[in-house]
Amino acid sequence: MPKKYEIVRKKVLTPDITSISVYAPLIAKKARAGQFIILRASEDGERVPLTVSSVDGELVTVVYQKVGDSTMTLDEIPEGECLQDFVGPLGEPTPIEGVKRAAVVGGGLGCAIALPVAKALHDAGAKVDLIGGFRTKDIVILEEEMGKASDNLYICTDDGSYGYNGFTTGKLEELLKNGEKYDRVYAIGPLVMMKFVCRVTEKYDIPTTVSMNPIMIDGTGMCGCCRVTVDGQVKFACVDGPDFDGHKIDFDETIARAATYKEFEQRRRAEHKCRLEGMSNG
Amino acid sequence: MADMSPEKTKMPEQEPEVRNKNFLEVAKGYTPELAKREAGRCLGCKNPRCVEGCPVSVPIPEFIGHIQKDDMEGAYRALSRANALPAVCGRVCPQENQCEGKCVRGIKGESVGIGRLERFVADWALENNVANTDREPDNGHRVAVIGSGPAGLTCAGELARKGYRVTVFEAFHVAGGVLSYGIPEFRLPKSIVEKEVDKLRSLGVDIELNTVIGKVLSIDELFEMGYEAVFIGSGAGLPQFMKIPGESLVGVFSANEYLTRINLMKAYKPDSPTPIFESKKVAVLGGGNVAMDAARCAKRMGADVHIVYRRGEAELPARAEEVHHAKEEGIHFDLLCNPVMIEGDEKGRVRSMKVIRMELGEPDASGRRRPIPIEGSEFEMEVDTVIVAIGTSPNPLIRSTTPGLETNKWGCITTNEDGSTSREGVFAGGDASTGAATVILAMGAGKTAARSIDEYLKNK
Repeated sequence: MPKKYEIVRKKVLTPDITSISVYAPLIAKKARAGQFIILRASEDGERVPLTVSSVDGELVTVVYQKVGDSTMTLDEIPEGECLQDFVGPLGEPTPIEGVKRAAVVGGGLGCAIALPVAKALHDAGAKVDLIGGFRTKDIVILEEEMGKASDNLYICTDDGSYGYNGFTTGKLEELLKNGEKYDRVYAIGPLVMMKFVCRVTEKYDIPTTVSMNPIMIDGTGMCGCCRVTVDGQVKFACVDGPDFDGHKIDFDETIARAATYKEFEQRRRAEHKCRLEGMSNG
Repeated sequence: MADMSPEKTKMPEQEPEVRNKNFLEVAKGYTPELAKREAGRCLGCKNPRCVEGCPVSVPIPEFIGHIQKDDMEGAYRALSRANALPAVCGRVCPQENQCEGKCVRGIKGESVGIGRLERFVADWALENNVANTDREPDNGHRVAVIGSGPAGLTCAGELARKGYRVTVFEAFHVAGGVLSYGIPEFRLPKSIVEKEVDKLRSLGVDIELNTVIGKVLSIDELFEMGYEAVFIGSGAGLPQFMKIPGESLVGVFSANEYLTRINLMKAYKPDSPTPIFESKKVAVLGGGNVAMDAARCAKRMGADVHIVYRRGEAELPARAEEVHHAKEEGIHFDLLCNPVMIEGDEKGRVRSMKVIRMELGEPDASGRRRPIPIEGSEFEMEVDTVIVAIGTSPNPLIRSTTPGLETNKWGCITTNEDGSTSREGVFAGGDASTGAATVILAMGAGKTAARSIDEYLKNK
């Protein structure tokens, strides 16, 4: 039997993106699409929130991108070893009740989170169009899984190297112009992408759910660091979200808040690279 | 014959100008000689009023009597019988309003330094690995405790001593609750908290970290798993904000966030991976202990720090010693000042704060004089960081997942005097039921609930 918080499976999806399946039976039993976990890779490590990508028996799968010191440390843990901490499921599940026709829009790493939302909708009998956007063909992830979780899968690349040539917003607008009618659109990905998806759906008056991934510490409502302004009210993404009505979110504020520790993180990332190179050189 | 010196024996401290640059403990504790001298000031009253002032009824004259006779082990046994976390209480209790406030020596001079003596005895036991492992034989009954803060740990310790099998569920990766994430290292070293928690483990208390009750397990599921009673000590919850413009600018933090980054996540260590905002000038909003802790942390991180509080000096809710220490360390107090709005720069970062001066009117519902804005007295404070320490509102995770659990209009769990709730077998205490209060009140509630749980399960 695997050990508590053991990385049972580790899959490199692209040079920057990796998927890990962690042994956490209680969490696996409870986690629903849209909920997240918080992990710590090592003693004294940061608490890293990651939305659950899939659940398979007693394994909880999350997908991360090596963007900072903490995810780089996480990436150093091999299959068969254990994470320091793994807690969840946190946040509220994505609301899917009553939706018969949906478009799910994922951007980059966000596709790993769009996948369970599409799957939940699809399993509940909704007809689902999944639009997955990537910079270029080489970094397309989870294509097969996304195909299974949707009725129509549209892969888009910014450079046109694969699928639709352009952004997800362009594809979404094209579908809407061609007369597709959605009960609800779900957008999951970079803040800028979600902001522009909401601009499109506002024009067509389609309710839109976005998944926020702000800076967090405890993930249970204690620290208030994940606050977002929704319809002029302060909400905590960890307990009130992470999903919110995209037409009511103050995206510009959220984008500014996401950069709170930018300088700190840049410095740490540089130091991490130095440590790694120092090790390989010496 | 008691030592009739009118003043408490002083406790050695780090000098203000030294300590405001480090996170080492401010007060260094008594030496055995100093402890014995201070113990000599206790009259050993037959009718000890100090004990009445203690929420957990520590037998104060008894433990001090043992110090007088150089019997440290006896002192520790007496102390630990009543108090599950003596090394913590000796450091953070507001003694001036409790035991020491009632001490007869306080009438004509200073009271006996009960808190300092408590700390001395508890530290002696930690250093010498002396534990009080007295417990009744295992009675086979299982109790779940939610939250490993002062209320939960006390309840767990008391029940373990009575022979119960206790599991404590903690959401964080470290036990201790506010003792770990909130109260700073220089006031309560985390190594002390860890050792006190280890003592509870050695009593047989099982602590499950990374387990959020209300999410991964509900209270009903705990009963299904075989727990026969549940104690909820999940703490105060969500930080409140002022509801003024600009509170979501970059550079505005709740005290909980700021303190958690520094304490629990160790951002005070130079090599920590935890990001912390590099502040030059900080305004801390509020006048309680949490505000003092945040201000003193920010000072140690190198900032110029102002406490901004809407009432006057006499109304500051913080412990007298914390205010005194904060002032010594060079923290400015802008009293009778209330923030009106926070202004940002083009990048959405805090640039300044607009503040209005206040004056005190008639007493309000809290019995304190009501602060009233002075028209036209607004002024601008140049700050890059604002830390909001004006209290919390209850966390919804448990109440929203526990059918039949009554809460009051603020969302705090409704409890009877014995800690019982509207749900059979479910007890609660500490900030989760009272709203934000002190460590020792939470411990008192944990102790009361443990007694009630014992009675409930014996009569079941």
